[in-house]
Amino acid sequence: MEYFIQQLINGLTLGSIYGLIAIGYTMVYGIIGMINFAHGDIFMIGAFIALAVFLILTSVFGFAFLPLVLLIVLIVAMLFTSAWGWTVERLAYRPLRGSFRLAPLITAIGMSIVLQNFVQVTQGARVKPLPPQIQGGVTLMEGMNENGPIVVQLSYMQMIIILSTVVLMAGFTLLISRTALGRAQRACEQDRKMAALLGVNVDRTISLTFVMGAALAAVAGLMFLLLYGVIDFYIGFLAGVKAFTAAVLGGIGSLPGAMLGGLLIGLIEVFWSGYFTVEYKDVAAFSILAIVLIFLPSGLLGKPEVEKV
Amino acid sequence: MATSTSSLPAPARSSSLADSLRDAGTAALLVLVLGFFFLGVRTDIAPGGLTLTFRWGLLISAVAVVFAGRLALNLFVFKAKQPVTGRMAGILEGTDLSGLGKWLSRILLAFAIVLPFFFTVFFPDRDRQYIDLAILIMTYIMLGWGLNIVVGLAGLLDLGYVAFYAVGAYSFALLAQNFGFGFWMALPLAGLLAAFWGVILGFPVLRLRGDYLAIVTLAFGEIVRIVLLNWYQFTGGPDGISGIPRPTLLGLEFSRGDDGFAAFFGLQYDSIHRYIYLYYIIFILAIITNVVTMRLRRLPIGRAWEALREDEIACRSLGINTTNTKLTAFAIGAMFGGFAGSFFATRQGFISPESFTFLESAIILAIVVLGGLGSQIGVVIASVVMIGGIEMLRNLGFLSQIFGPGFDPTQYRMLIFGLAMVMIMVWKPRGLISTREPTVVLKEKKRIGADMVAQGEGH
Repeated sequence: MEYFIQQLINGLTLGSIYGLIAIGYTMVYGIIGMINFAHGDIFMIGAFIALAVFLILTSVFGFAFLPLVLLIVLIVAMLFTSAWGWTVERLAYRPLRGSFRLAPLITAIGMSIVLQNFVQVTQGARVKPLPPQIQGGVTLMEGMNENGPIVVQLSYMQMIIILSTVVLMAGFTLLISRTALGRAQRACEQDRKMAALLGVNVDRTISLTFVMGAALAAVAGLMFLLLYGVIDFYIGFLAGVKAFTAAVLGGIGSLPGAMLGGLLIGLIEVFWSGYFTVEYKDVAAFSILAIVLIFLPSGLLGKPEVEKV
Repeated sequence: MATSTSSLPAPARSSSLADSLRDAGTAALLVLVLGFFFLGVRTDIAPGGLTLTFRWGLLISAVAVVFAGRLALNLFVFKAKQPVTGRMAGILEGTDLSGLGKWLSRILLAFAIVLPFFFTVFFPDRDRQYIDLAILIMTYIMLGWGLNIVVGLAGLLDLGYVAFYAVGAYSFALLAQNFGFGFWMALPLAGLLAAFWGVILGFPVLRLRGDYLAIVTLAFGEIVRIVLLNWYQFTGGPDGISGIPRPTLLGLEFSRGDDGFAAFFGLQYDSIHRYIYLYYIIFILAIITNVVTMRLRRLPIGRAWEALREDEIACRSLGINTTNTKLTAFAIGAMFGGFAGSFFATRQGFISPESFTFLESAIILAIVVLGGLGSQIGVVIASVVMIGGIEMLRNLGFLSQIFGPGFDPTQYRMLIFGLAMVMIMVWKPRGLISTREPTVVLKEKKRIGADMVAQGEGH
């Protein structure tokens, strides 16, 4: 029981990170109907920017007050990663708007290769370890099992990740449901041509969608960096595929669905590693994706696609 | 700023200069923002944790290069009274390329037949390297043609094609290791096994279309790789399988001994013989792929594939069995992938899951799409340009004299590959060859633009 609860906490933490990345996929898919393959690498870019800012603040300026440092890192990483998201859309997707569907998928794969190799060339191929910055936690339960005493712990790091995900999601939901930008975004999602006729600047809305997705991916990147303490130029691929899996599982185009899907994928992965084998945890996640798509093609919370003849 | 320039009727030349400057400034600022933490700062592992190095020189030169380049583009290309590119486009469109395609393919075929002898005669000191490169390009051409059946003809977007390549390679390697099979005995079996896996993958994804199909096939490719990586007892895990036998010519080995190929024909032993032989094997395999595809296009099954690509619902209402149509496309595409995989295993003599990553699938799909979906000659051109061009970067040693001794052009191979993918796609979204020849004609045979054809959209 204790082991189960501990795995549940770990799964929710990992799931929050996947959920934040999945939102970027689901929003872009909702608005222009393409898989933004480079989004996982935007997440990786965010993690690298966060690492650089953190090191500059602590070693060059000598900031020691950790909460302030993390806040600055978060804001700077979100801003700079957004610039990357915007640029990718401007260079690789906007010129192909209205072209046939495979073209932006190929440029997206190309952009993913470009981003990975750009980071590899400029920052080196070796992993970057960052010692754990936030230690300690709250002990929730103590018990015994056949292997000896077992402690259920909610670390401060996990608390920060889950709390900031909840706060960000709440803010983001408000942004989509209440502001003019959110209305424009939802309008473009439903009918781009009609939205344009009614005076919505479609190109700007699509750009802002990419910017928002990239900002959330940067948050996920910072969390990944703090939680695992190791990043390299290749982390974006697997995280990206799993986050896309999460978006599809939750129903692509649906924001709560992306978050739910992210949590589910995180839980599946952690429970699989906890109870079965670590090596096949990715196989478990991918198999879930295939099974869901085959039996429930519109995902858990998605709207079924009606095909008109 | 904008209002002041528009209210005063300034001379056209100076306003275009101001616009160009502003635009170049924006681009430079963007590079400054994007590059700040990547070009300007570098983190490295040091004994006491991570250290930072600042490279402001690199950052500033990158910004300056972009500013100058963008300004030059603005002044002389985008905003010039007579656009330079317009003139070039006129030349390109003026010439009639339709007759050229047939001749080009004949010339390429003739060159491909004599290629090994061309290199041994004209580049005797580098012949092995060039023939090896030709083998590599030919492998990608074959993979491209195989994937073209699935994506170009049947319109099923497959991002996990490398799985069949891996199945073919591992089938041969395991058959050779456990049962002592030679290349020629294992080749048909590897193809059959790959086709079998194609059907196994095909069944669950029959209902999926478009991007969903793409992502499930990607997941399938990754599952195959992860299983190969972790099933240590069977596949050797990350260590892979080594000692895979070389192909023989009717039992003759390409070795130095008395019973080798060279001794049998009374030739001086030379390792180049084996390369030439490998080249002809993959060349013939590729030609078989192409001929089979072209013949299948004219058979009922090939027409059903193309009909399926254009409109699945119409297909079904006309009584075409879409299940069988899709499964045969997957199986035949996978079979050629399996052949190519066997060849890869025998060429390398060693295989490991490292060789079958998603990147390989992406490269094969990129070759098919960049060449122009459904176009056979397009695949050839795209393979030569992308694979050959990337490998040529290895020969640019002289660049290190310009950029300093630490400069290694091979590091930039994949970066340039990705950029080329993006640029070719933005420039020609329908691929390099953008005309198609329909298989069914009413009165006269004529080419149509590729934008008239539904492509790889999965419905």
